[in-house]
Amino acid sequence: MSVPAVEVTDLVMRYGEVTAVDGLSLRVEPATTTAILGPNGAGKTTMLETCEGYRTPQSGSVRVLGLDPVRQHGALAPRLGVMLQAGGAWSGVRADEMLGYVASLYAHPLAVPDVVERLGLASCGRTPYRRLSGGQQQRLGLAMAIVGRPEIVFLDEPTAGLDPQSRRATWELVEQLAADGVSVVLTTHYMEEAERLARRVVVVDHGRVIASGSPGELMSAGAKNTILFTAKPGLHTDELLWALPEEYSVVEEPAGHYRVEGEVTPHTLAAVTAWCASLDVMPEDLVIGKHSLEDVFLALTGKRLRS
Amino acid sequence: MSTGLSFVPAPAANTWSAMVVSHARMELRLLVRNGEQLLLALVIPLLLLTGGAESGKVVDLGAGRRIDILTPGVVALAVMSTSFTSLAIATAFERRYGVLKRLGASPLPRSGLLLGKVLSLLAVEAAQLLVICAVGLVLGWHPHGGLPALGASLVLAAAGTAAFASLGLLMAGTLRAEATLAGANLVYVVLLVAGAVVVPLSKYPGWLHPVVSALPSGALAEGLREVCAGSSLAWWRVAVLVVWAAAAGVLTSRTFRWE
Repeated sequence: MSVPAVEVTDLVMRYGEVTAVDGLSLRVEPATTTAILGPNGAGKTTMLETCEGYRTPQSGSVRVLGLDPVRQHGALAPRLGVMLQAGGAWSGVRADEMLGYVASLYAHPLAVPDVVERLGLASCGRTPYRRLSGGQQQRLGLAMAIVGRPEIVFLDEPTAGLDPQSRRATWELVEQLAADGVSVVLTTHYMEEAERLARRVVVVDHGRVIASGSPGELMSAGAKNTILFTAKPGLHTDELLWALPEEYSVVEEPAGHYRVEGEVTPHTLAAVTAWCASLDVMPEDLVIGKHSLEDVFLALTGKRLRS
Repeated sequence: MSTGLSFVPAPAANTWSAMVVSHARMELRLLVRNGEQLLLALVIPLLLLTGGAESGKVVDLGAGRRIDILTPGVVALAVMSTSFTSLAIATAFERRYGVLKRLGASPLPRSGLLLGKVLSLLAVEAAQLLVICAVGLVLGWHPHGGLPALGASLVLAAAGTAAFASLGLLMAGTLRAEATLAGANLVYVVLLVAGAVVVPLSKYPGWLHPVVSALPSGALAEGLREVCAGSSLAWWRVAVLVVWAAAAGVLTSRTFRWE
C-alpha cells in the first residue's frame, strides 16, 4: 500500500469571519494528475497553499508524501515543486538566471539549458522579469517548479493567460511529468485542461468537495446528453416520449425548438427521426449535444468557471 | 517537441553552504545591477567625502582636520545605506513580488536566506569601505591608533550593521513596498542630517546629545570618529548598537510578514 501523494482530511481554514475551506477531504494517488476545479473564491488556492506549508490547518490534517507540510517542512520542501499563481521572482532577474538560481538549491536538478529550451524561455533573453510577458512569467514559474526534479508538483492555474500554443506545450509537459512518475496537483479554470490532463477531477465550491471522479464519470453522472432540433411548433411530443425508454424527457421550449434529454444512442436518434418521418416533418438544425464538464460544473455550482 | 528531458524524480536539497553562497551571489548580482542602490552605496558617500573635504565654509565640522572628521562619518553613512536602506527596500520588494513566498517552498531554509542576505551586504560593505578609505587616504586622511583602532572600527561596523539590518528588516516585513521605499530613504536622510552621521555630535546643541547618542547612527559614527582619532573603543557605544539590534531583531521575528 503506497503512501498517498496528498491526503487532506476534514481541512478547515478561516480568515476572520470568512470560511475559505470548510471540511475538505481529498486524496491524491502517486504519479497521477489531479485537477481542482472551482469558481473564484472556492478555496482552491487556500487548500493548495496549506499543502505547500504556507498555512497551518486550523482544523483537520494535511499530509503530503506522508509528511506534515508545516512541521516537517524541511524534509518535504526538497521533494516539492511549487508554482504560485503569480510572481515568485525578483523584478530585475533574467529568466535563465532565476532558473539557474532555483536549480542551485537542489542536489540533482535538471539541466537548466534543457528546461529553458523545453519551455521556450530562450526568447526571454536578457529581459528582466518585470518586463516579461504574462505567458513568459507563467512558463518561468512552471520551470521553477520542475527544475529540482520533485516528486510532487502543485501548480496554481498553470495556464492562466497563456496563448493556445503555450497552453498545449504546458499540457504536454504535465502529461510527461505524470508519465515519468511525478504527482501533479493543479487548479484550473479551463475545462478542456481538466478533461485532457487529469485522471481525477475534484470540483470544489464554498470550501468543500462537491464532486470528484474521472472526467468521464463526472460527465456521465452529472448531467444528461441531449438531442436538439427545430421543427414546426406544436408537435405532439407524447408520441415520441412513448417511443423512447422511460428515463427520457422531451420538451418544446421556446416554440419550435425541441430538446430530447437522456442517453443519446443510435436507437434514440432513430426514434426521433422515425417520429419526425411519421409526422412528415423535417427536423432542422439537429444537434447531438454531449454535456461537457463545463455543463457539469454549472449544474453543480450554479456558476460559470470563467466569470 | 520532446527534448529527451526526463522528469523522473530525484529530489534532494543542495548542501546548506552551497545554497547560502548561491543566494548571496544572487542578491549581490541583483544589487550591483540596480543603479539606484549603487548611487546610495557609493556615489553619495564619495560625493560627501570629496565635497565635504573641500567646502569648509558650508558646514562647520568642529576642531581638527576636516578629512579626519569626515572619513569615519562617511564610513558610517555607507554602512547605514547598505545595511538599512538598501536591505529594507530590496527585502520589501522581494515580499511584494512573492520572492520570499516562493523561496519559502524551496529547500533554502530561512536561516540560509538570512545568512545569504547578510553575506551579500557584507560583501557590498567591504567594497564600500575599501573605496571610501582609499579615497579618504588620497585626500589626506590620517587614521590614528593602528591595528587596535582598525579592530575597534570593525567591531563598531559589525554592530552597526546588525542594528541597521534588523531595523531595515523590521520595516520591510511590516510596511508595504512603496511605504518602505519612501520610509527607508526618509530615515536615511533624517539620520544623515540629524543623526550625527557626518557632522560630529559636538556641533549639536547640548540638550540633543543624549538623544542623538542613543541613535544607532550616533553610536556608530561617533564611535568610529573616536577610535580613528586614537581613543580606545567606548564599549557603551557598541552596547547601544547591540540593544538596537536585539530589540529590532525580536520585533522583526514577531512581526515579519512573508507575503
